Amino acid sequence: MLRVPAAFEPPGKPPRPRDRFALRFWSIRHAGGLARFYAAFERALVAAAPLAARLGWTRLERPVAAVERTVKGALFDCRMCGQCVLSSTGMSCPMNCPKNLRNGPCGGVRGDGNCEVYPEMPCVWVKAWEGSRLMAEGDRIGDVQPPIDHRLKGRSSWLAVAQEKSGTGGAA
Amino acid sequence: MNPRLHPEDFGENPWDPLPALPGHTSRGRLERVLRRGEFAVTAELNPPDSALAEDVYKRAAVFEGWVDAINATDGSGANCHMSSIAICALLTRIGFSPVLQISCRDTNRIGIQGNVLGASALGVNNVLCLTGDGVQSGDHPEAKPVFDLDSTSLLATIRRMRDEAKFLSGRKITTPPPVFMGAAENPFAPPYDFRPLRLAKKVRAGAQFIQTQYCFDVPLLERFMARVRDMELEKHCFILVGVGPLASAKTARWMRSNVAGVHIPDAIIERLEKAKDQKAEGKRICVEIIQQVREIAGVAGVHVMAYRQEEYVAEMVHESGVLKGRQPWRRDLTRPGFDLDQRLTENLARAGEG
Ligand code: SF4
Repeated sequence: MLRVPAAFEPPGKPPRPRDRFALRFWSIRHAGGLARFYAAFERALVAAAPLAARLGWTRLERPVAAVERTVKGALFDCRMCGQCVLSSTGMSCPMNCPKNLRNGPCGGVRGDGNCEVYPEMPCVWVKAWEGSRLMAEGDRIGDVQPPIDHRLKGRSSWLAVAQEKSGTGGAA
Repeated sequence: MNPRLHPEDFGENPWDPLPALPGHTSRGRLERVLRRGEFAVTAELNPPDSALAEDVYKRAAVFEGWVDAINATDGSGANCHMSSIAICALLTRIGFSPVLQISCRDTNRIGIQGNVLGASALGVNNVLCLTGDGVQSGDHPEAKPVFDLDSTSLLATIRRMRDEAKFLSGRKITTPPPVFMGAAENPFAPPYDFRPLRLAKKVRAGAQFIQTQYCFDVPLLERFMARVRDMELEKHCFILVGVGPLASAKTARWMRSNVAGVHIPDAIIERLEKAKDQKAEGKRICVEIIQQVREIAGVAGVHVMAYRQEEYVAEMVHESGVLKGRQPWRRDLTRPGFDLDQRLTENLARAGEG
């Protein structure tokens, strides 16, 4: 089987073997609960924003991004795109799609629901659709997502959200 | 002029833009025909692997008088061929109405936006926004896939260029590209429940017409269209259903397992297998599907993809009767001053010899 790394994957990083999908799919099956947890977590982040502003957003960037990478890496196979859309994609990270589609599946999804590029991987968007049906705000899957800002790659999207929602501006 | 032609569909010269009509975003024939409520026919041109303009003219000539617009594919199946933009530019020179296919696989947002302006300047009125097949399925699997935009954000980008006269960056465009915007949909691939919603998303992002993947499963299309009508999407975009002839049961099997997103039911393959003349049966199936699809409410036309069987498009469109005697553009050799035709005829003769 020909394996092609996903466009967003760092060079040299091999595609994930099958068992690595396990936790990611657990997260999607529990998208409802995770979405509620995330909403609470977001409120906490916004509440902590003044503190973060005093400490300095820039100083926080590296440690927070490291925590985010570890936690979301395990749960969602997060690729640290820096502009998280999990809440609109049923907790299925769209950056695992080899075409990086952030607005829905391509036309190449196989009859069994697997990916056109990796025949052994279920389509990220088939999973996103399943996950979104479990979420209270699952219809956000219909939101049109803007093109990705590649400058934000590697940055913490948690900090970005806290900054944006609390109105405490300034570049992170 | 031929009495079956609608004179308002054709300008003084067929390659010139038509007068602007209220409610139309482009000045091309495809949008006119669709907005007038005619059942439209588009076809896909097999792009040449050559640098010869005549190769394009020759391949387009078989569609003359039978199609409203010709799609120029953009590295379909991730295989390298003459570029879509060049084919479209050549087609406008001889009076055809082309559809520029833009795939997100090969170019980033800077390249794509530049190409849209260029194509429009060359007289291209229609664009089709696609994600594109993965590089692994084509002849350059070692290539770097770009996928900077996806088909939906590409639609939004071009609409912004056209309606707000701005690049994605916000910088001003002095003359925006007046294009008719299309997108693709595959009602025959999972997640089936999401497909109509995804279509809605594309319409919201700016899609005005839709060309679907090959339809070999009419009941599945009917279910999809029922949902589309519930959501009233057919009122906001023109849906052209993809159809095409299967050359044999063997090709059908090959396509089913090797071409991304193609769904062919076993019943169709069995029918081909049992036929004495598989090729003729393939054409007959295609004609039947065109006729069935025409009856579905909300279907505005068909998009014929007859890869390597382009010469049968005219015959199939004729047999299906969908044009109802209407004649899409064809060169009028009796018109004075139409010497480009003369040149084309000569060119075709030469290409035929070579
Ligand atoms: S931050 Fe980006 S890469 Fe990470 S989970 Fe969210 S969408 Fe996926």
